[in-house]
Amino acid sequence: MSAVLPIRESAHMEEVSRATPPGPRRVRHAPWMDAAFEQLTRFFALLVFSLLAAILVSLVVGSRPTLEKFGLGFLASVAWDPVQENFGAVVPIYGTLVTSLIAMLIGIPVSFGIALFLTELAPAWLKRPLGTAIELLAAIPSIIYGMWGLFVFTPVFQASLQPKLIDTLGSIPGLGALFEGPPLGIGMLSAGLILSIMVIPFITAVMRDVFELVPPLLKESAYGLGATTWEVVWRVVLPYTKVGVIGGIMLGLGRALGETMAITFVIGNAHQLAVSLMAPGNSIASALANEFTEAVGDVYFSALIELGLILFLITTIVLALSKLLLMRLARQEGRAP
Amino acid sequence: MSAVLGTISPANPRYRARKRFNALLLFVSGLALAFGLFWLAWILGTLLYQGGYALLHATLYYRMTPPPGEDGGLANPIAGSLLLVTVATLIGTPVGILAGTYLAEYGSKSRLASATRFLNDVLLSAPSIVIGLFVYSIYVARVKHFSGWAGALALALIVVPVVVRTTDDMLKLVPNSLREAAVALGCPTWKMIVLVSYRAARTGIVTGVLLAVARISGETAPLLFTALNNQFWSLDLNRPMSNLPTVIFQFAMSPYEDWHRLAWGGAALITLTVLALNILARVVFRRKD
Repeated sequence: MSAVLPIRESAHMEEVSRATPPGPRRVRHAPWMDAAFEQLTRFFALLVFSLLAAILVSLVVGSRPTLEKFGLGFLASVAWDPVQENFGAVVPIYGTLVTSLIAMLIGIPVSFGIALFLTELAPAWLKRPLGTAIELLAAIPSIIYGMWGLFVFTPVFQASLQPKLIDTLGSIPGLGALFEGPPLGIGMLSAGLILSIMVIPFITAVMRDVFELVPPLLKESAYGLGATTWEVVWRVVLPYTKVGVIGGIMLGLGRALGETMAITFVIGNAHQLAVSLMAPGNSIASALANEFTEAVGDVYFSALIELGLILFLITTIVLALSKLLLMRLARQEGRAP
Repeated sequence: MSAVLGTISPANPRYRARKRFNALLLFVSGLALAFGLFWLAWILGTLLYQGGYALLHATLYYRMTPPPGEDGGLANPIAGSLLLVTVATLIGTPVGILAGTYLAEYGSKSRLASATRFLNDVLLSAPSIVIGLFVYSIYVARVKHFSGWAGALALALIVVPVVVRTTDDMLKLVPNSLREAAVALGCPTWKMIVLVSYRAARTGIVTGVLLAVARISGETAPLLFTALNNQFWSLDLNRPMSNLPTVIFQFAMSPYEDWHRLAWGGAALITLTVLALNILARVVFRRKD
């Protein structure tokens, strides 16, 4: 923004107003300020508007060496060899998807239960403190989850739950392959479990908000017909808020996919493709956090940036879908999105 | 519906079965809540237990980060974190407020505003590590060294979407009659926004800024590629800067016991600060209703 032009204009305006006879009361008015303020706010809005595109462009430019060298093969290769400069994205993508999937499998039912309890069951005076406590789970920084996970959770998990899982589920044919191997504590299952705690507050918050959108008339009609609380929730509230609930789940998924520090501590950071959830693995975000500052050579750097690009594309699509679904529910509600 | 549900009387076995099923599932929903609260209690309990001792020692606040095996504190990362968060908030807040002002006051229904709102919401949840990569490639890679400025810029990019969102939401809650009254008195639009709309939405905007500060205080991932770390006391934003999250990461991943102790102290410090900021934001906001 050039400040010179508006100032000169203002001086000019002063002259004009001095030349014309003043009204009953002269208001010191600088008309250029209006335009300047509007343009200023518009400039920053445009800045925010273009930020996402700028991130995309910078990542594409940064990953050009690997894009040219490996092409689409990058997405199908399990190699990760900094010495030979041969890289593939399958292992970290697999780790990211598996840990997020575990997080969703646990996080969705738990969040639904909490949202149900907070909207339908909790007495009014308990709603606020309980809701706040669950929201505080989202406030705890992710590095704290990671550190607690590494020093406190995984030793307990390794000593108690994990051997039992391996003994019982590991012997089932087929499914057992997921639970084979020594109980190391760290690994993809631990990472997924910790991730599930981290996504609960996000999914719960959305579910709670959308459940409260259901018109009381609908719920009261069902209660009037003799439905139980569970039946009201399952047959009235959930169908009415379906779109919003899916939006909330997508929001949680978007968070889980991009989570970095908590995973970095507990996933084990091993570049290997293991079927067993007990085995250490790697996720896109944890590979970046661990290797980026130590990477040597253009190709290595570019491979890591391309991983970032893949993560960015996946999360952006998931988050955009989530936003679209929530907007659809808002429109159905007859409110502006 | 009544055909499906059957007669409603305590004597009807199907009704009793439905009641039992209802009670069971409501019990399970209570368990889900307990599950959530259990982790919160466990994590906070661990932090106080492990970090409480370090927190009460004054050395934590005035001594530098030590080499392994020596006594020390977290003075340089605490100062670095404070500086980074302050600079990031000072950069991010005005940008966010002005962009939010456009969305609520000028654009409101325009295509640019709705598109920006959409992209901003995506940005709000975008992985912070990608923000770090972005700042690395546009800034660090060009000047060829890690620096406090880069760290502050990365954190500012996380502040912006939070502030844009709250400013937009809060300004939209300001009744139009207030604006019309101001304009009817001959107030130019910009003055109306600054003197009337901002004043009416002030608490909401402050809440948004507090939440943004809380969020960046614990951010680690974007700082790894930008501010990096510094073992020594340095408040020079042009050099790598020590900060609590990165120090916790480095110390916790190390094999040294006394580094672990300091990491727990730092972790407890960060978490208490962030939780206090969150609760403060809620109190500020509730006072308004």
